[in-house]
Amino acid sequence: MLEIKNLHARIAEDGTEIIRGLNLTVKAGEVAAIMGPNGSGKSTLSYILSGREDYEVTEGEILYNGESILELDPAERAAKGIFLAFQYPVEIPGVATMQFLKVAMNEQRKARGEAELTTPDFMRRVKEASAELKIAPEMLRRPLNVGFSGGEKKRAEILQMSLLEPKLCVLDETDSGLDIDALKIVADGVNALRSPDRAVIVITHYQRLLDYIVPDTVHVLYKGQVIKSGDKTLAHELEANGYADIIGAAAA
Amino acid sequence: MNMQTGMKLSVAETALCEAYDHAIGELPGDGSVLAARDTLISDFKEAGLPTRRVEAWHYTDLKALLRAVPAFDPAASAAKTSPLVEGSTVLSVVNGLADARATVEGVTVRTFKDALADGTAAEGLAARDGDDAIGRINGSFVRDGFVLDVAAGTELEAPLEIQTVQNAGQTHTRFPVAFGAGAKGTIIERHTAVGETAAFVTSISDIALGDGADITWVILQTQGAADTHLGQIRITLGADAQLRLYVINAGGKLVRQEIHVVVAGEGTDLKLRGINLLGGETHNDVTFTVGHDVPNTTSTEVIRNVIFDRARGVFQGQIRVAPDAQKTDAKMSCNTLLLSDEADFSAKPELEIFADDVQCGHGATVIDIDHVQLFYLMARGIPENKARAMLVNAFVAEIVEELEDEPLVEALEGVIAAWLEKHA
Repeated sequence: MLEIKNLHARIAEDGTEIIRGLNLTVKAGEVAAIMGPNGSGKSTLSYILSGREDYEVTEGEILYNGESILELDPAERAAKGIFLAFQYPVEIPGVATMQFLKVAMNEQRKARGEAELTTPDFMRRVKEASAELKIAPEMLRRPLNVGFSGGEKKRAEILQMSLLEPKLCVLDETDSGLDIDALKIVADGVNALRSPDRAVIVITHYQRLLDYIVPDTVHVLYKGQVIKSGDKTLAHELEANGYADIIGAAAA
Repeated sequence: MNMQTGMKLSVAETALCEAYDHAIGELPGDGSVLAARDTLISDFKEAGLPTRRVEAWHYTDLKALLRAVPAFDPAASAAKTSPLVEGSTVLSVVNGLADARATVEGVTVRTFKDALADGTAAEGLAARDGDDAIGRINGSFVRDGFVLDVAAGTELEAPLEIQTVQNAGQTHTRFPVAFGAGAKGTIIERHTAVGETAAFVTSISDIALGDGADITWVILQTQGAADTHLGQIRITLGADAQLRLYVINAGGKLVRQEIHVVVAGEGTDLKLRGINLLGGETHNDVTFTVGHDVPNTTSTEVIRNVIFDRARGVFQGQIRVAPDAQKTDAKMSCNTLLLSDEADFSAKPELEIFADDVQCGHGATVIDIDHVQLFYLMARGIPENKARAMLVNAFVAEIVEELEDEPLVEALEGVIAAWLEKHA
């Protein structure tokens, strides 16, 4: 589903290279965890996948279902099924959450040539999905992410993900700032979306989230490259021994 | 005073002077009204249209900007339009003449034409001061409007919409409205145009709130792209009166909206909220003055501007606090979303404070679309132009939502959305 080949990317504004020859393949149905120390390029990778224009790809390729997505803007990528759950969801005063959800769902449907949702159909979907995630209706009446607690923001991201039904989900440190109960709710939401035709990339610092969202593969990112890949045992290894051994081995 | 005797009259000035000579025979009014009109037009002839040398008009050089004035056009067709908020009582002025005259319980309605004819309007025709070009032009030419008297204690169940509908030519209207003690209600003052031909419109609302009156007054200006709109709102607040005044500009080529407030009674609260949606070649000026003349009063002013294309916006806000107006609390802010390199905005806040125990402040910001917010919306599949429109809309919707009157908020948001659809 996703093939990243020899990717090099830098910050557009000052030219700082963050991704330096990254290779990664994620298959449909797979849950891939990306771990790594601070500053290794994890969040940058998530932004590049979703098309944020603050980053420039200077070399390499990102293929999604065999097609390059580098020329597509974030909205076009989203309509093709790529979803980024933000580490820091953005507050937008003056945009009502419900209106935002409806516009987003219908714009994606339009881009795919599908009919727009009727209001009752939309309401039903939101009601069902928010109940699963224990999101109170009052929260949905507020402006987008405004006044949401850290945990509420993360749950709202997963709500958007389940409503938009993407094919490639990228979760950028969705566990940060969550207590154990909220973490379980979020993990259940993600697990409910696991399916043979959908891939999930979980970016995290900690093993903890991976106890609830069990990955098929684990990749260690360091200085903009994947320096080691393995199965879920790799995450346990990292938890026990830290990154130093792997980084040392890769450098040797 | 602006002594410019012997100056060369501009095309527009000549047109106005000639229009007066031509129209005076048929303009309504008794002897006292006629005398007031003659004073106004002769003062106008002497001073001319204000230029940038007049401080109050520094950013809107009316003499340079007003290139021509269309003649009265009695043949132009227009009709009253359905109200902004369904269920409102409508008082309409079509091409300058009072049309629908609904009856509302607790409200005495007369046409301004009648008040001119019997001379009761004469006193109010005087200009505010030597720089009051709008007062002079409007007072010289005003033909009609409505005089409303809202009895003490009246609570308007539905909004009252005063609408002017204009097609080409000229219109000069006036709306003196007095609210008795404790009156409550929502007034929508709407100025709108039909047709593409340039029109020249002046309108003055003279609003007095009695003690404890609680009023929402919304001015919605949606004139045509070639029109000139010169508006003035004069307000006096009695003790404990509360006024929420919304001034929304979403049309016109050359627009000036003056708001002059006199805080005459203690315990009052004024909330001015301005929304200016500017595109094309529009020049739009909102000039606000408030005089806190007594102790223990509050006012907040929030102006939000959205500017596209080659439009120019101006906000002048002046807060005066008299020496014994202690405990005045006044805050003014002006925020501008500048969406084109060729657009332009000038903000001129002025505080004149003569009391020592007050809280007064002002701030002005100019911003662009927030790129992180834009990315967030696009990352959810919302195309860039639509995402931008949502963010621009959000910038002004915040102000509208403060009204907490759902049908009114929805109607105004509809106007804003329609404007953005056309211009963004």
